[in-house]
Amino acid sequence: MAVVSNTSSTVMNNVEAVRATLYEAMRNDDRTVILGEDVGARGNVFLITKDFIKEFGPERVIDTPIAEASIVGIAVGMAMEGLRPIAEIQFADFIYPSFNQIVGEAAKTRYRSNGEYTCPLVIRAPYGGGVRGALSHSVSVEALFYHVPGLKIVAPSFPADVKGLLNAAIDDPDPVLFLEHKKTYRLIKGEVPDGHYTIPLGKANVLKEGTQLTAVSYGLYVHWALEAAAQLQESGLSVEVIDLRSIRPMDKTTILRSVEKTRKLLIIHEDNKFGGVGAEISAMVAEEALFHLDAPIRRLAGPDVPPMGYALPLEEEFMSSPAEMAQAMRELVEF
Amino acid sequence: MRVVGLVAVQHRDPSASSFGRHGLSDQQLLAIFRTMLMHRTLENRGFQLNRQGKIPFASAGEGHEAVQAGAAMAFARGKDILVPYYRDLGLDLGIGLTPYEVLLSLFARAADHSAGRQFPHHYASRRLGVQTISSVIAAQLPHAVGAAYALHYRGERGRAVLTTFGDGATSEGEWHESVNFAAVHRLPIIFLCENNEWAISTPLAKQMGQPDVYKRAEGYGLPGVVVDGMDAIACYAAVKEALERARSGGGPTLVEAKCYRFLAHTTDDDDRTYRSREEVEARRKDDPVPRFERLLLDESILTEEGMEALKRSIREEVDEATDRAEVMAYAPAEDLYRDVYADGWQPWRGEE
Amino acid sequence: MSTDTKAGTLERHGLNDDQLRAMLRNMLLQRQLDNRGFQLNRQGKVPFALGSEGHEALQAGAAMAFDRGKDILAPYYRDLGLCLGIGLTPYEIMLSIFARESDHNGGRQFPNHYSSKAIGLMSFSSVLAAHLPHAVGAAYAIAYREQAGRAVLATCGDGTTSEGEWHESMNFAAIHKLPFVMLVENNEWAISTPLSRQMAQPEIWKRAAGYGMPGRRFNGFDPIETYAAVKEAMDRARSGGGPSLIEGICYRYLAHSTDDNDLTYRTREEVLERRKQDPVPAFEAVLVEHGVMTPQEVDAMRKDVLRETNEATDAAEAQPYPKPADLYTNLYEGAWQPWQS
Repeated sequence: MAVVSNTSSTVMNNVEAVRATLYEAMRNDDRTVILGEDVGARGNVFLITKDFIKEFGPERVIDTPIAEASIVGIAVGMAMEGLRPIAEIQFADFIYPSFNQIVGEAAKTRYRSNGEYTCPLVIRAPYGGGVRGALSHSVSVEALFYHVPGLKIVAPSFPADVKGLLNAAIDDPDPVLFLEHKKTYRLIKGEVPDGHYTIPLGKANVLKEGTQLTAVSYGLYVHWALEAAAQLQESGLSVEVIDLRSIRPMDKTTILRSVEKTRKLLIIHEDNKFGGVGAEISAMVAEEALFHLDAPIRRLAGPDVPPMGYALPLEEEFMSSPAEMAQAMRELVEF
Repeated sequence: MRVVGLVAVQHRDPSASSFGRHGLSDQQLLAIFRTMLMHRTLENRGFQLNRQGKIPFASAGEGHEAVQAGAAMAFARGKDILVPYYRDLGLDLGIGLTPYEVLLSLFARAADHSAGRQFPHHYASRRLGVQTISSVIAAQLPHAVGAAYALHYRGERGRAVLTTFGDGATSEGEWHESVNFAAVHRLPIIFLCENNEWAISTPLAKQMGQPDVYKRAEGYGLPGVVVDGMDAIACYAAVKEALERARSGGGPTLVEAKCYRFLAHTTDDDDRTYRSREEVEARRKDDPVPRFERLLLDESILTEEGMEALKRSIREEVDEATDRAEVMAYAPAEDLYRDVYADGWQPWRGEE
Repeated sequence: MSTDTKAGTLERHGLNDDQLRAMLRNMLLQRQLDNRGFQLNRQGKVPFALGSEGHEALQAGAAMAFDRGKDILAPYYRDLGLCLGIGLTPYEIMLSIFARESDHNGGRQFPNHYSSKAIGLMSFSSVLAAHLPHAVGAAYAIAYREQAGRAVLATCGDGTTSEGEWHESMNFAAIHKLPFVMLVENNEWAISTPLSRQMAQPEIWKRAAGYGMPGRRFNGFDPIETYAAVKEAMDRARSGGGPSLIEGICYRYLAHSTDDNDLTYRTREEVLERRKQDPVPAFEAVLVEHGVMTPQEVDAMRKDVLRETNEATDAAEAQPYPKPADLYTNLYEGAWQPWQS
């Protein structure tokens, strides 16, 4: 868990946690530069880097032209030559033009140079729906990238994790895709320990202990899964809720320990179901713990249509609600 | 514009005896020629080894010898950074890559820069200042711009980035994004286009609507220069001027060297399917290697005997490098799993 | 303005009084609808709106040069006026703002992301420059089928010219001499990024030479000059003369969208200074000065535009949302499940 140098803490939302962590990184290490669209004078579209340009200057807070392939590609070159770039894709939906630079270049830099060149790079991307973002501001991209060797992917849910994992991502010697769920940005508040600390990548967090069902999720849905589990608790059903936090690497031990205890597994994610993160978890548990299971593994995930229609009924249909999660949990517990 | 001057110098009389040395000493001229010969000899060796069934693949830059050897002479070893593309063996050699390293790459041996992971001629070396590249066209250009940004950001005057690409790469979006970003930030970088008129089978006329890459420079707000890419000295002069401007804070330059690809794209390509023998033969009269050889002899920088000795020494060096590299070991199978990340390779983490 | 006030003549470039009045009406309607979107957002009735104030003249002029029923338009999201000008109705605009079932895309897309095959309006996303390869592909289809007299008009802002896909599209159109016109609406701002951070020299049209196509810049505050520039390029494209890059100078008076506060990156003074160029009152004055319209007729036109906007708002608001089941339609032809059994 967190290595905390200071026991005091501050209440923040997720925007503030990203902002405070980036600020600290910029202040502590002048190799750190931030580049992206509207990160400078505008201070990012969510105001995450507001006023950074005043303190750190336009050389370190770079308003790029609108050109995502080169935002990532230039960051790769910076990283190869000793800077610690933090590239921002304004919305995850705009990451596709940079796909080759992430998958074909950044993720393979170390491997193809036999370790001589490395790519310590963080790519931040706000993702996810429930914000009336329509078809070009709602997407979850983790499944498109978690297949890729050489890349790491983090998707925190809580402000304290945002800080610890973002610090770990910035310190990491390899490229990290850091996914921030837009809906949690201002919705989710929490205590954030003061001072510098990191949370290791690849460590899930058991948020609520339970005995009858393991519910694994990440991002916004962790909060709703907790809400659903709390509802069920009132009627005497005991659900364990795990926040993955890190998608690649992923924490096998925590999942298996939990499943071997509860003997039932529900995976919940917003991203499309087919080929999503839940598919890999299902396969792993089937391979490693099939005979511990008392029920089929179940996935509650986004329907296999593009995320997500703009009109409210379309968005609501796409998203899973805490009530639907509670229903799925109940069905599986009672299986 | 400088453009006109340079072309005028070269096209006035390329074989004139009162040739412009651009400050190059006899020794530097010989070094340029040695790189050109070594380049050609090593590439022929690659094709031979492929035909003998000893290696699965080779590619060649015949016709690019002058631009690469000239550009390499302008490169400041230990200071500048090279972000090349896969047809840049001569550039790599010119800045210090050894024939032995080239053969290790061709044979994909464990001691190769990428431990035999990459295609031949995809070198990466901190020692030489050569960044690692993939085979994806134009993908290296943003990296070069990022490297130039790092130099600029750290205020490292006196250093610059030289990045190269063929004419086909200019059609990629990343080419555009890279040149534009470098211009906006006035970065210390040279974009050197080795325009050989062919992108595998696609001729320049199907690559762009007008034939001059350097003419794009104005639209980005940086200087554009065109140079005879078959003339090593002219290429040296053009790249040197641009590099010096970059090193002293004068910003980026787009340099276009007009050359030609004499061979097929690679050993896997048969260029007779898309261009005529006659076209290639007609262009052979521009071959930069005999042209430079003549210059050295005409100017008495090298005697006939000296020339023979040089060629012999290069053949011997290539033979020796071939023999040494061929007996080296392949990487062990477990090397497949190294260097994916700094710490292990498994996507699943946990206590085993 | 293309008015020679001393001589008292108006350079019409062949436009008759009806066409001039139609352009003004388009400009007034554009502004009214834009303002309505922002109002509805402030009232909490819609989650998002986006305005094109400052682009009215450019879009009205360009639309006038578009040949309805023949040409194809590949616009971007700040092209309300252009889309109106080629035949989209205020009611359709309001359906998009309210994301109603009968909206062209069934309430799936953001407002201002129109599409209508009937009027030649191609579907596009919010991803900048992603529509330009499509536009070039459409132009290729026209050229391939040898449909002389047709062309594709594609638009984008200044920021989009930095995208790789912009470059790739321009280059391909030039190689194949396609019936394609790239109209850049240069409003000097890409959300918060000024033109000087977007490119090192400020004249986008100068990139044309590097592709081997004609380039031209014009005053996008003047609808008549815009019309002439766009018409020249479209006529060339329609008659086999190949593509053009044309750049209209305008300005973005409002913030990027209802989610943006432009005071974080530019001053009120800059915007007020540029307001002096506001093309809407300027064009009103031109038409009155040259006797095309009386001040009373302009007033009546404004009232009529307001009436039409009100009616469209009410009619659209009363429409139903799409049904939840509509989430699953039109993903593929036929069934949508990735698993088949």
